[in-house]
Amino acid sequence: MARSKDSKHISIDRRKFLKNGVLTGAAALVGPAALAGAESPSAAVAGGTLPQDAPRAPSTPVMTLAAETAPPEADVLTTERTGSDFMVDVIKALGFEYICANPGSSFRALHESIINYGGNKSPELITCCHEESAVAMAHGYAKIEGKPLPVMAHGTVGLQHAAMAIYNAWCDRVPVYLILGNNGDAVLRRAAEWYHSAQDVALMVRDYTKWDDMPWSLPHFAESAVRAYKIAVTPPMAPVVLVLDGGLQEDPLASDRKLAIPRLTVPVPPQGESAAVSEIARLLVAAENPVLVADRLARTPAGMKHLVELAEALQAAVIDQGSRMNFPSLHPLNQTSRAAATIAGADVVVGLELADFWSTVNALRDQLHRSTRPVAKPGAKLISITTGDLYVRSNYQDFRRMSDLDLAIAADGEATLPSLIEEVTRLTTGDRRRVFQERGKDLAEKSQAARQASRAAASYAWDAVPISTGRLCAELYGQIRNEDWSLVSTYYSDGGGWPRRLWNFDKPYQWIGNAGGGGIGYGAPASVGAALANRKYGRLSVSIQTDGDLMYAPGVLWTAAHHRIPLLSVMHNNRSYHQEMMHVQKMANRHDRGIERGRIGSELVDPNIDYAKLAQSLGVHGEGPITDPKDLGPAISRALAAVKRGEPALVDVVCQPR
Amino acid sequence: MKTRSAHIVVAGAVILAMLSSPAFPQTKPPTAQAPGTANAAPATPAGNAEKGKALFARNACYQCHGYEGQGGTAGPRLGPNPIPFRGFVAYVRVPRGEMPPYTVKVMSDQELADVYAFLQARPRPPAVESIPLLAR
Repeated sequence: MARSKDSKHISIDRRKFLKNGVLTGAAALVGPAALAGAESPSAAVAGGTLPQDAPRAPSTPVMTLAAETAPPEADVLTTERTGSDFMVDVIKALGFEYICANPGSSFRALHESIINYGGNKSPELITCCHEESAVAMAHGYAKIEGKPLPVMAHGTVGLQHAAMAIYNAWCDRVPVYLILGNNGDAVLRRAAEWYHSAQDVALMVRDYTKWDDMPWSLPHFAESAVRAYKIAVTPPMAPVVLVLDGGLQEDPLASDRKLAIPRLTVPVPPQGESAAVSEIARLLVAAENPVLVADRLARTPAGMKHLVELAEALQAAVIDQGSRMNFPSLHPLNQTSRAAATIAGADVVVGLELADFWSTVNALRDQLHRSTRPVAKPGAKLISITTGDLYVRSNYQDFRRMSDLDLAIAADGEATLPSLIEEVTRLTTGDRRRVFQERGKDLAEKSQAARQASRAAASYAWDAVPISTGRLCAELYGQIRNEDWSLVSTYYSDGGGWPRRLWNFDKPYQWIGNAGGGGIGYGAPASVGAALANRKYGRLSVSIQTDGDLMYAPGVLWTAAHHRIPLLSVMHNNRSYHQEMMHVQKMANRHDRGIERGRIGSELVDPNIDYAKLAQSLGVHGEGPITDPKDLGPAISRALAAVKRGEPALVDVVCQPR
Repeated sequence: MKTRSAHIVVAGAVILAMLSSPAFPQTKPPTAQAPGTANAAPATPAGNAEKGKALFARNACYQCHGYEGQGGTAGPRLGPNPIPFRGFVAYVRVPRGEMPPYTVKVMSDQELADVYAFLQARPRPPAVESIPLLAR
């Protein structure tokens, strides 16, 4: 494609050849193709072979005395600048710290420009062993930094590897910036490039990406690159794709050619319409039991601050569904661990960027005949504020069931909170304030009782073998509680829910939510990506890493070691894909047969995987397997020492299943 | 990948959280009583705790309730001090929540009695105040 832009250059070479009759060996290979009017001599020069379907020209060049005595005309084999250099200029203008990739020839020029022309700095290339790891790292990074990382991959085989991770980011509404290589011009493809090229590269992920483009020129690339960033970070955020032709990357760029880079202007997110916000405020102030439910609310650190302010203004119950760090875990108004009872007693429920409003106020029973029932009481007012209403795709069904809402605002939750707080404050009278105070006291007592119950629950099986998840989380927290820690695991991996029930989460970076699409294999790379973001702030990144998740692409541990990413991974090793084991078990029970065989196909035993050795083989400090709870504290302590030296470390802990 | 599982997990986690609430007595799975509560089931049959331990593992009860019956995100605590035997059997046969059913075909009444004995024999936990790691 892009090579057509340089046909004039090729034609000039051809004319010179015809005039001079070059005799050199390389020229002898070039000459016939050129004489035959081949589209480009490059294919002939590159591998020393001619394209199979190119017509062969006469083997004897036209000779003249001038040609015999003139010095041979050299092939142009080098160039000072290529299109990919300009691409790096644009990438740098977008402010990326890192760029993640498993290397691929379809973006070889961009790769080389990053490390040489760009000095491998801003962005620094992060070497990944799998494209899924590269994308999930970018996903985890974005959860901490609130902005995307770019990922490079082959447009076919690389994208296929990356697809699940892209889907996770899509479902989670997190921006990831994908750059895919492709070789569009069929006449110029090397053998492998045929398998690495497609007509419509982004097609296979278009259903779960927000925007994609395949630029035709460098100015087009500049605009699309900036536009892609803007679209990715405008709520609802989501992955975006840029497809870069190999020729556009590799073709020479005249050193005096000046190309403009458009300015990036990120739109201000939409706030709720003022009359609607006033109505919500009126309902909240008048309510006896208002409940604020937050899921993907906190887009920036201000999100948690605003929600605390609103909740305290109303003395309202808050349920944090955990896709983001929305609300302090030990705040007296936090009723997350008694969510069902809280919703059942609510007369007003405001959902703030909920992925699933329906399941917040309804329950589905998964038995032989599925059934549903409401959880919220009849007559409760249901209100939604979400950018999810601004952008919905059809094919993948992550949009969930329709809810019977009383009011829906298609706007950004975090951006709407300040005006909602202002309205609530304006409408709150002295009488209502007294009611709020009583409510707040009641909620604080309930929250305290729930925490006491959680502590009591964690004490059961305290000395059990396998080690209880309560014990694992308590031992870990005991060693990190006085550090500037950040838990970079998913809800799958958060050790049975204990951290959010018992630890004190009160900073925006202490929790990064979940995988989004529930695709297992997100956990390990996302934790490495989040740890990469945390590194410059000196934070202690810890993850509760599940065994099955790590086995999808354990090479990400090598990436952590190679790039000196400090991360403490404490394994919740239940030696199985346990969630799926429970599903199969359910089927066996349902069919009244083979209950004792339900483990088949889900267990990771015989042999037991030695994760400490696996980690060590990849350059990571490894401890374990730890089977006795008395050994857990010392093992974590040794691993923590390694992390404080700037290295990743992993402690394999053989645990109860849940 | 495992998107169906993911949806089920999310739904299940919400449902389990809901079912553990005392506001839904009609579907709440029974949780073991607090230690010290009298367990006055007049007709609890004799069971063998050792056999019960093996049955608890073999029949996959541990997968949701933990090897010690201590509970977790997938299932409530069952022992020590389980609910009265009649209620225990009734729920296991026809669970009102998410728990899969165990009919007589897969676990006999005697086997349930053995499991019950195992749950009764679970050790009491140390007092929370005696565990520094669970301190306030």
